[in-house]
Amino acid sequence: MSTMANPFPQAQEIWRLPDRGKVAMTCLILAESAIFTIFVVAYLFYLGKSLSGPTPRDVLETPIFYTICLLSSSLTIHFAAKSLERDRVGSFLALWLLTFALGGAFLYGTGKEWHKLIYIDGLTISTNLFGTTYYCLVGLHAFHVTVGLLMILIVAVFALAGRVGVEQAHRVEVLSMYWHFVDAVWVVVFTVVYVLGR
Amino acid sequence: MSSNVITVSGVQIGERPWVDRLHGWLTTVDHKRLGILYIAYGLSFLLVAGVEAIIIRIQLMHPHSGAVSPEVFNRMFTMHSTTMVFFAAMPILFGFSNYLVPLMIGARDMAFPRLNSFSFWLSALGGLLLYFSFLGGSGLYGAGSAPDVGWWAYAPLTARAFSPGHSTDYWTLSVLVSGFGTVGTGINIVATILCMRCPGMKLSRMPLLAWLNLVMAGMILIAITPLSAAQMMLLVDRYLGGHFFDAQAGGAPVLWMHFFWIFGHPEVYILIIPCFAFMSEIIPVFSRKPIFGYPVMVAATVCIGFISMSVWAHHMFTVGMSSYANSFFTFTTMVIGVPTGIKIFNWLGTMWAGQIQFKVPMLFCIGFLFQFLIAGLTGIMLSCAALGWQLSLSYFVVAHFHYTLVGGVVFAIFAAIYYWYPKMTGRMLNETLGKLHFWLFLIGFHVTFDLMHIPGILGMPRRIYTYEPGRGWDTLNLLISIGAFIQAIGVLVFVANLVISYFKGDKAGNDPWDAWTLEWSVSSPPPAYNFASVPTVESRRPLWDLKHPEDPDSRYE
Repeated sequence: MSTMANPFPQAQEIWRLPDRGKVAMTCLILAESAIFTIFVVAYLFYLGKSLSGPTPRDVLETPIFYTICLLSSSLTIHFAAKSLERDRVGSFLALWLLTFALGGAFLYGTGKEWHKLIYIDGLTISTNLFGTTYYCLVGLHAFHVTVGLLMILIVAVFALAGRVGVEQAHRVEVLSMYWHFVDAVWVVVFTVVYVLGR
Repeated sequence: MSSNVITVSGVQIGERPWVDRLHGWLTTVDHKRLGILYIAYGLSFLLVAGVEAIIIRIQLMHPHSGAVSPEVFNRMFTMHSTTMVFFAAMPILFGFSNYLVPLMIGARDMAFPRLNSFSFWLSALGGLLLYFSFLGGSGLYGAGSAPDVGWWAYAPLTARAFSPGHSTDYWTLSVLVSGFGTVGTGINIVATILCMRCPGMKLSRMPLLAWLNLVMAGMILIAITPLSAAQMMLLVDRYLGGHFFDAQAGGAPVLWMHFFWIFGHPEVYILIIPCFAFMSEIIPVFSRKPIFGYPVMVAATVCIGFISMSVWAHHMFTVGMSSYANSFFTFTTMVIGVPTGIKIFNWLGTMWAGQIQFKVPMLFCIGFLFQFLIAGLTGIMLSCAALGWQLSLSYFVVAHFHYTLVGGVVFAIFAAIYYWYPKMTGRMLNETLGKLHFWLFLIGFHVTFDLMHIPGILGMPRRIYTYEPGRGWDTLNLLISIGAFIQAIGVLVFVANLVISYFKGDKAGNDPWDAWTLEWSVSSPPPAYNFASVPTVESRRPLWDLKHPEDPDSRYE
C-alpha cells in the first residue's frame, strides 16, 4: 500500500528544514546559559557579603594574557571550520591544533591562578562566600573549556589520521558553535569577576 | 485505508525468545518503544507515590492517630511529592511526547534516537537513586533513611548539620540526574519538531500537540537548568564545605528559595502544557469539529511560556519581600490567568454545537475542563499577596495545587491513555471498566480535594504530622481520607483495565476514533519505521483530506 503513501499531489516548493545539529546545539547553549546565569547571580548576590577575608580586591589579578588566548581561539576555530568547508584540510589542521593550544594555554592559566590562590593566599572553596562562589563560577567555566578541549582533541586525532574531510564540515561547525559559547561565557565571567567584582 | 506495513512475501518471522525480546526493549532507540518505557516507568511510580499518599491520609484520618511515626510521615510527604513531580508526571508526559510527536509530524523517529534512549535511562537512574535511599540513606551515621526535607528542600534543612546521613544526597543526585535526562529530552523534542517535519507540515499546519510540546520543550531548557545549578550548589555545600546556603557564613537561605521556585513555577506549566496538548487533540475528535481558534491557542501557549518565567516569587509572599516585589508577582500571576482562560474558551468553542460523543477519553477531558477552571480560580485567589499571607502553607494551598495536578494533569493523562492506548497496543480499553474508573475517580477526587479547601481556610497547616481534636478539622479529614480510598479503588480498576484489555480487548484497527492526525494513518501498533513512505500534508487535518477528497481542508487554507 504505497497508495496511502501519498494521496496528495507533490508539494510544489522544495521542502527545506533547519539542520538538526545546529538546532540542538542552540538548545544546549540556551540551557547552559540558564545554568551560568544562576551561578553569575549567586556570585553577584554574594559580592562583599563574606564574613572573613580574603576579598576579591586582595587576591585577584586580571588574567589578560590568558583571556586573549581564549578569545583568539574563537577566531582560529572559526577559520578552521571555514577552511574545512572549502576542503583545505591542511590549513584546517593547522588552525585546529592552534585552537587546541590556545584553549590549553587558557586552562593552564586558570590552573596557575588557582595554585596561587590556594597555596599563597589561602583561599579555598570553603574559606568564605567569595571562595565558594568564585571557584564554582570559574570552575564551571573551566569545566566547559575542558569538555570543549576534549572534543577538539578527538577531532584532531581523527584529522591527524586523515579521517576528517569536507563531508564532516557541518559537524565541525556544530562543535565550533559550542566553543564560541564557551568564549562568550568567559566574557561575562571576566566582566563579573575581574571587572565589576573588584 | 489499507495497512501501511511493508510485507515481504514468502518470509515467515517466528516468535523470538524472551531474552531476545527483553534485550530488544533494553537497548531500543525506537521512539515508540522509549515512549512506552517512559509511560510504564511513570505509571509504576504513580502507583508507588499513590501508596505514599494513602499512608499520609491514613495518618491524618483521625487526630492523634499514630499510624506512622513523625519521621516516617516526613519521608512519606517528601517522597510522594518528589516522585509524583519528577518520576511520575514528567516521564508519562515525555512518554507521550516521544511516542506521538514523530508520528504526528510524519517523521520516522526523533532527531536523535540515541540521545533519546540516554535521556530515558538517565531519568530511570534518577528514580532508582531516589528509592535506593530507603536502603542506603542512613549511610554510616544510622541517621534516617529516605529524604525527609520536603520536595522543595528549603535551606538550612538540607545542611549537613540538619540532614546527616545520605538521604538528602540521594534526593539531590536523583533530581540532578533526572534533570539532565529532561534537558536531553527537551533538546530532542525541539530538534525533532523543527527539523524532522514531513513535506508540507509547515509550522502553521502542525497538530497542536506538536506545537504545545515545542513550547514545553523550550521551557524545559530554561526552567529545569536553574534547578540543576541549584542542586550543584547544594552538593558543593554538602560535600566540599561551600557556603552558598549557609547562613552562619553569610549565605542566604532565601537565595535557595528563589532558585528553587525559578524552576518550580515554570515546572507546573511544563507539566500542564502537554495536558493542554492532549485536550487540544482529543476534544475536537469527540466533538466532531476542528479546534476552535488554532492560532490563538498557539499564541496563548507561547504567552504562557514567557509569563510563567516571571511569576515564581508568588510562592514566597510570606518570606517578607518588598511591597514592590509583592505587587509585581501578584500582577504577573494574575496576568497568566488570561492566556490560560483563552484556552478554556477555545475548548468550549470547539465543543459548542459539536456532536459530542461521551466516550471515556472525552469524559476525562470534560472533568479536566471543570476542575482546571476551578483550580485556576483558587490560583487567582492565592495570587493576591494579602490573601496569600493568610492561606500560605495551609491545606488550602495543598487543595489548590492538587486540583491542578490531579484534577488537571492526572485527568488529562488518563484521557490520553484511553485515547492512544489502542494505537500503542492495537487493543481498545474496555469502555465499561473505563466509565467505572472515571466515576470512581471523579467522586473520590471531589470528596478529597473539594473538602480539603475548608480545613485550609480554618487554619490547618500543611505537612503537620497530627493535630488536636476539636478544631473543626476532624470530620473533614476523615472524609478527605475516604475520598482518597475511593480514588485508589478507581486507579485499581484502571490498572485492571490496562491488563485485561491488553489480552482481551477489542481489536482497534488503524483509526478507531475516526480522527484526523497522521498517527491514525498507520497500523496499530505502528511499524518500527512508522511510515512506509513519508507522507505529504496539505492542511491541518491530513486524514480528513484523505477521507473526504471531495471537500478537503486544504481548499480553505
